[in-house]
Amino acid sequence: MQALKNRLNYLFGSTKGLILVAIAMVAIETAVWGMLSGPMAELGVREVVVKALGMDLVQAEREGRIIILYHSIAMAVVAIETYMITSLLKMKEFYKIAVRALITVGYILAMVFGMGFAYFGHNWALHGVYIFGLSLIFFAGVLLVIALWPWNPEYHVTDKVYASTKKGVDLERVAIFATAVTTVISALFGAIPGSYFGNGFETFLAENIIRYPEKTTMEYSVIGHLHIMLALIAIMITLIIGRWLNFKGILHKTAMPLMILGTIVLNLGVWGVVTPLEPIAHMIIYVGATPSMFAALLLLIWSWGKLIREGTANLEKPTFGQKISALIRDPLQFGPTWQMLFMNFTTSGIGIFMAIRLNEIFRVWPAREERIELTGHWHVLSAIIATIILLYYGDMIGLKGKVRQWYGWGIIILSDIAFAAVTVFEMKRLFISEAEQQPLVNLLMYMMDFGLGMLLTLLAVVMVWRLIDLFKSKGRWIEEVDHELSQEVMK
Amino acid sequence: MKRIILDLILLIVLLTSCAPVDLNAPIPTFNTGVNPDSWAQIPAGEFYFGQHEDIESTEAYEIMVTDVTVSQYAAFLNGAQSDGSVKIVDGEVVGYYPGDVFRGVKHEEQIKAGDWIFIPLEDPSQRIEFDGSTFTSQPSYENHPMTMVSWFGAHGYCQYFDWRLPTEKEWEKAARGSDTRPFPWGEEIQRENANFYASRDPFEDMGSFGSRTSPVGFYNGQKYGNYQTLDSASPYGLYDMAGNVWQWTGDVYEGMHLRFLRGGSKDTYDMDLRAWVRNNATPTYVSPGVGFRCVR
Repeated sequence: MQALKNRLNYLFGSTKGLILVAIAMVAIETAVWGMLSGPMAELGVREVVVKALGMDLVQAEREGRIIILYHSIAMAVVAIETYMITSLLKMKEFYKIAVRALITVGYILAMVFGMGFAYFGHNWALHGVYIFGLSLIFFAGVLLVIALWPWNPEYHVTDKVYASTKKGVDLERVAIFATAVTTVISALFGAIPGSYFGNGFETFLAENIIRYPEKTTMEYSVIGHLHIMLALIAIMITLIIGRWLNFKGILHKTAMPLMILGTIVLNLGVWGVVTPLEPIAHMIIYVGATPSMFAALLLLIWSWGKLIREGTANLEKPTFGQKISALIRDPLQFGPTWQMLFMNFTTSGIGIFMAIRLNEIFRVWPAREERIELTGHWHVLSAIIATIILLYYGDMIGLKGKVRQWYGWGIIILSDIAFAAVTVFEMKRLFISEAEQQPLVNLLMYMMDFGLGMLLTLLAVVMVWRLIDLFKSKGRWIEEVDHELSQEVMK
Repeated sequence: MKRIILDLILLIVLLTSCAPVDLNAPIPTFNTGVNPDSWAQIPAGEFYFGQHEDIESTEAYEIMVTDVTVSQYAAFLNGAQSDGSVKIVDGEVVGYYPGDVFRGVKHEEQIKAGDWIFIPLEDPSQRIEFDGSTFTSQPSYENHPMTMVSWFGAHGYCQYFDWRLPTEKEWEKAARGSDTRPFPWGEEIQRENANFYASRDPFEDMGSFGSRTSPVGFYNGQKYGNYQTLDSASPYGLYDMAGNVWQWTGDVYEGMHLRFLRGGSKDTYDMDLRAWVRNNATPTYVSPGVGFRCVR
């Protein structure tokens, strides 16, 4: 009994245990539900899975199912980021425990009961528990905001290498606080239309109505919600990675105010879509996104510079090759910022190109083609965030030597193969006709399936290893019980 | 050695992906027994419209049992060319359209009165052939739906015979009847119900040219060689209201130059074959996966 208690204490009472549980939950959900669409559906795997698990897939409810699927995965990711923040930043123990308890119960309820409602018959009691789970996550967010309050003198920085105000207010903490506050507020933009579900508001997928000139306020609200929530998750993981890598110095002092400004302006733009500011909301969003992305670029420049400096410290005049070698020596430290850079080719770049040439190119094509670009680029962004979390997780669990190299490079290379293929797939109409596309589509599909399939296999290996480890009386989990991420910040 | 083998495999895969697609590869020929000149009667009255089952109604009308075929369209072009209703300009068949009311709404583009493209003649996917005087169907495609036709070309065809394109409401009512079914034949879809992406019908080869159109009325319960279809007519007896080709509808919405398409196609997954799913494109858009039918 004590053995079970110890393990449950690790899984639900320690930072690394909580993160492991959430990653495992997302991995299982991704593996099972990934078999319901795309090539898996073509191969007939979907039919087998639906039958084997007794799923009840009503055609008219597909959009609703997908929305719950997205939410259940997103909530687990938000929980992971919350565990990281509460472990990396100083805060009162009461808040740390309360936030973690609420968000853990919340995301598990939302995931289990939400998916139960969506895929296994519409039992409205399950829907009620799903909403209850989401509400708990919301309250965890409110508590986190209180816990983060950066103007508390206890949290002021004394080391001048970090961004701070003259009075010592930690600007990195302000940036995380601003992101948390705006995340809580932006959640309402989904929650309020959601509360009208079936009573003046019907389920829809934003990509299906993107071309309609007239949209209701609730539709605008949902469209704003889904965009900003993903953007905020991305901003938060950037800040988390910055903290882990110990981002500091002049670039940190420049980046943090930009991050705060960008986050606030970006949110104001997105919230503006439900106000008379709607016609200029996009302009405000661009204005807000620019400093945020620039701040992320500064993190990249700083971290790559650091990796090169450290890796060539013993060389008097390192060559370009030696510098590159130093940069990529540790894939787990290099990977997160590399993925942020790669994101510009697969997400930001595509988005900007589409915005610039929307009427000339993309709106000439059928809406279904535009839908592929829209869904493709935000799926890639979501997956990039997931890979960054996995890279950080690899360091967290102490991977070393060849295992660290294989794990790190596996994630980077396999995901980037898949993301590059998705990006070419999205843009294929620029260079190939519908009639002639099939061989190219096949190649791209192989690349996507290979990349994502192998990535999931790699993740499965890690999860199985961690599961086996839990059966050991002196496994790695014992060491991790008391570890906090703040103790493992890079020097 | 291992490295060479790996590089070779990669090279072969890349070359295969770049290999040109034979758009005129032989296609099986089947007589479906469904007459493309037949019309179905749709009674006046209410029906469920859209995914969320709003109650709407229409007047009574007649709608074509099948999509307009390649041979029907070729016959129309021959007639329309001889009486001057269409002409050939720069490798395109064009015809007159009186234009839309332009309101200058964001993303709206002006559709002025004038000659607009009906079909491109030189596109390799075009199944209509023109020898300088007569339009004919490419052999084996006579009873396939007319594709590579713009909204103007579809509108022009219907108008020529004093018919019109169906409104979205008329189209959906004809597809699902008076109940809430998502597909013309019922609640669920199987591969033998319709021609959609990777549905393993006798016309597709996902290794080379991918999906191709099937003859109109193909999914009528008949067995073609070894391939057994399911009878997939709508409650009013229409065929191909899900899959095969997207179908242009006639609505012109305020502040929007885009035209709406219904039904999904050979190139889309089954989710797009649900009766309420909408697609849209500029009226000049042509595709091997887009056709139409008329109402009167």
